[in-house]
Amino acid sequence: MNFSEVFKQSNQLCKVSPDGKYLATCVQYRLVVRDISTLQILQLYTCLDQVSHMEWSSDSLFILCAMYKRGLVQVWSLEQPDWHCKIDEGSIGLVSSRWSPDGRHILNTTEFHLRITVWSLCTKAVSYIKYPKACQKGIDFSTDGSYMALAERRDCKDCISIFVCDDWHLLRHFETETQDLAGLEWSPNGCVLAVWDSCLEYKVLLYSLDGRLLSTYSAYEWSLGVKSVSWSPSSQFLAIGSYDEKVRILNHITWKKIVQFEHPAVIENTKATVYKEVEKRPAEVRDEFSLHNVTMDSTLFSTQSKYEICSLPVQIPAVKPDPDRANPKIGVSVLAFSSDSRYLATKNDNMPTAIWVWDMQKMSLEAVLEHTLSVRCFLWDPCRPRLALCTGNSKLYLWSPGGCVSVQVPVEGDFQVQSLKWHCNGDSVILLGKEQLCLCYMDTEQEEKLNS
Amino acid sequence: MPDSSQVKDARRCSVECGTPPLRHFSQSSLALPRNSQSLRTFCTEHNMQECLSYIKQEVSLLSLSPFWTELDDDSQLNVVAVLNCMYDLIQLHHRSLRTLENMEMEQLKLSSYVDNLKTNNTHLKEEVELSKRQNTGLLERERQLHLKLKSLQSSLKNEKDEVQKLQNITSSRACQYNHEMKRRERELNKLRERLNQLLADKKERKQTIDLLNNLGRADGKRSLWKTEKTEAKHEEEMYRTLLSDYELRQRELALENKELRKVMQQIKKEMVSILKSRKLALKEEKQELNGMQTASDDEENEVFDSSKESLELFCIHAREKLTNSIRLQWRRLKSHVEKLDSQGVDDVSREEKEEMDRLKLEIQQCKDFIQTQQHLLQRQLSSPIDQDSASLQNDGLMLQEKMRLSEEWKSLEEQRRIFERERRNYTEAAIRLSHERKIFEEDRALWLKQQFLSMSPFGNSNQPHLLKSASALLITETEVGSLNASEMPHECQSVLVSQKSRSVSLTSSSTDDLESALCLIPENGSSEHRKSELFGDFNSLHENVPLRRKQWKESKDLSSHSLSEENSTA
Repeated sequence: MNFSEVFKQSNQLCKVSPDGKYLATCVQYRLVVRDISTLQILQLYTCLDQVSHMEWSSDSLFILCAMYKRGLVQVWSLEQPDWHCKIDEGSIGLVSSRWSPDGRHILNTTEFHLRITVWSLCTKAVSYIKYPKACQKGIDFSTDGSYMALAERRDCKDCISIFVCDDWHLLRHFETETQDLAGLEWSPNGCVLAVWDSCLEYKVLLYSLDGRLLSTYSAYEWSLGVKSVSWSPSSQFLAIGSYDEKVRILNHITWKKIVQFEHPAVIENTKATVYKEVEKRPAEVRDEFSLHNVTMDSTLFSTQSKYEICSLPVQIPAVKPDPDRANPKIGVSVLAFSSDSRYLATKNDNMPTAIWVWDMQKMSLEAVLEHTLSVRCFLWDPCRPRLALCTGNSKLYLWSPGGCVSVQVPVEGDFQVQSLKWHCNGDSVILLGKEQLCLCYMDTEQEEKLNS
Repeated sequence: MPDSSQVKDARRCSVECGTPPLRHFSQSSLALPRNSQSLRTFCTEHNMQECLSYIKQEVSLLSLSPFWTELDDDSQLNVVAVLNCMYDLIQLHHRSLRTLENMEMEQLKLSSYVDNLKTNNTHLKEEVELSKRQNTGLLERERQLHLKLKSLQSSLKNEKDEVQKLQNITSSRACQYNHEMKRRERELNKLRERLNQLLADKKERKQTIDLLNNLGRADGKRSLWKTEKTEAKHEEEMYRTLLSDYELRQRELALENKELRKVMQQIKKEMVSILKSRKLALKEEKQELNGMQTASDDEENEVFDSSKESLELFCIHAREKLTNSIRLQWRRLKSHVEKLDSQGVDDVSREEKEEMDRLKLEIQQCKDFIQTQQHLLQRQLSSPIDQDSASLQNDGLMLQEKMRLSEEWKSLEEQRRIFERERRNYTEAAIRLSHERKIFEEDRALWLKQQFLSMSPFGNSNQPHLLKSASALLITETEVGSLNASEMPHECQSVLVSQKSRSVSLTSSSTDDLESALCLIPENGSSEHRKSELFGDFNSLHENVPLRRKQWKESKDLSSHSLSEENSTA
């Protein structure tokens, strides 16, 4: 495993281009584009204000930089550095900005979600979409980029509009049976739209592409409901994480629950392995090299840690949430399927130090990873079943079916990994600290060792 | 009236005559029987005196006043007294009658009382029974009420929990609503502010876009006008996507179905074959099996049928037939297996028993054998002692022999190792020698050249010296090397040679090395020497030990010799 040197970034804005060749980072008001293999600066652009949001276009030719305070969006071209584009939203304000899937339109959401303005970079034409809903996830593009689903609210009722991204033609518009729509997501095959209600009501609706209601699913009433929803990449499963600390999996044929995964505080009666992160004193230097215990050279003041397998029963530390606060820190908030749909990683908010990995073939718990600090971010490798996670300290943790590893990031100074991103070919991970970023190149040999 | 009195007397006498319990006789018959016969039986003319005496006796017993005078022998009966006596007797009789009456009354009363008590008793018993029954009934009711109470308590607890849960839910929902309300209020406030700002703001900044130049479309095509045609095309596209997805899914499901059906048919075939073979093995259930075979034949036919029908994937009947037939076969197989298991268990147990018996027999035989052996051994041991000593001696000799052999082996191994090393060193030395010879030849050639050249009028003094020193060194090296190679079959030899080859310029350091290396020899030699001494104590028979001693002595001498040599050279 090789680590690159540390670069500056601000606002956790660091993205790899869709074709995997370039890395764009924002440092205050500058946009820096590097080559991913050499990390040499290829282009440097200066924006008018501090960048709030940055996004690559789908063809990796343009980068969008949005400055919400100023209500400005600037687009930069990689091929033609002289080309410039500036969109000024004026007095109407700007809350969010994104590319369309074809990379030639920009959708800006105005302040107070009054409307969505669709700017065309080909014709300078403008279209407006009225009454978009301000919710957790109100807009989603299908995977092939041909359709866009938008949640709207008219006359105190939720409805969904499906647009054809080619010419922004409204294909379907229908009301949904939700009380307060919280989010929508296309299935990876683009044929089914999953719509879920806010946490006050457990309701998941499945609509076909042409607007027909296929099925409704509601596990229980009254208690706080859905917290997170995720499709499996094969579109076979829909995982629903809820506030009752359970994950329910629906199948794509009958849209009924096939299995329910629970997150108990005491784990027993399971064939899963429980890995626990154990910290060692800094002075010790381990010379051994085993699957579960690989530590790189570290600085004097950082503690080394390794994973140890615990024997059952194991108690996972749980934090009881404050009952008087809204959106309590309880329930399954993050669901992530691996790229081959074989594994599902979940995080239960009242056990923030543990990540649970479930095997979808056996429909059972595969592993539990427990750490000393709360897990901040975890993502699957886009190509293979390998999970990378970080807990806000200077270590990178990797799990694969062969074992798991805790790697110290060999960076001088205080580098705390706040979040991470995988490169699209799965060979490297971008680690983002507060104001810094570092690339970690995976070693294929070690990866084989891990997988053996 | 003496006759009447006599008659009365007689009568009385008749009454009182007879058997001893006269009173009883008199009491039992309250009424005096006025039989004339009885008159005659007690008193007659002949036994008057006796009767009289008897009566006197009785009267005196009854403590009545005597009615006779006892002056004369012929006791005169005082009529008055007799009458009084009779009157007393009558009174007595009346009294007794009265008492009898009273007693009878009493008895009647008592009997009625007893009857009364009896009835009371039965009544009370009945009452007790009734109350007992009532008691058990009440206890039963109490128990049921207890149970009901418990169930009610548990349901109350459940309800309480439910209430608590609902309260929690409502509180969380209320929390959520409040949060939402606050958020919306904040948003509203922001909107208001914005509105005010906009109203106050004269300058309205419009939305603008500033592009350097228009971009081409991503796919390179020209954009089309929005017409009905395009709309229709979009619809078509959408339905096509949906249809293709459905088709794909259907195809996958059909494939899966086919696979599963294949597997099921295979299972069925195998089950049929297994059952057929079982049929051959079990003879008792022939009839059953015959019946089954026919059924399985039918099944086979069915199999063929269904394979024909497999093309029609949606034939429900074929599917049902297949699943039903498999279920049937499986049930039969299961029952067969169970039967076999139970039989098999018996067989197994039988086999186990046989095995156990065999093993036991074997054990017994072995034990007997051991015992006979022991007997023989003891007999042998109990024989005279000199045999013991001889055997001990033999044992001792054997041990010695063994030790000697092992030592010899060790020494041989060591020698072999040494020889190997020597050989290696020889080869190395030979190689080095050839190298050195080459160098020497070159040097010589150089020297000769030099000499030839220096035959000039201006001869350089420096060069020949240098060359000399180099060659001289080489000569000493080769000398020592050869000396070491021939005379010292030892470990440090290689050390010496290697040391020499390294340090060409400094002789002092090499001699130091030599000495340090040579210092090893006496130490090693001493340890070896000690070993040889030990051997000397035990084995007087061996010849190799003194030889070895000699060997080590020789080496020691050699070492000292070489030391002295080196000292001389240094």
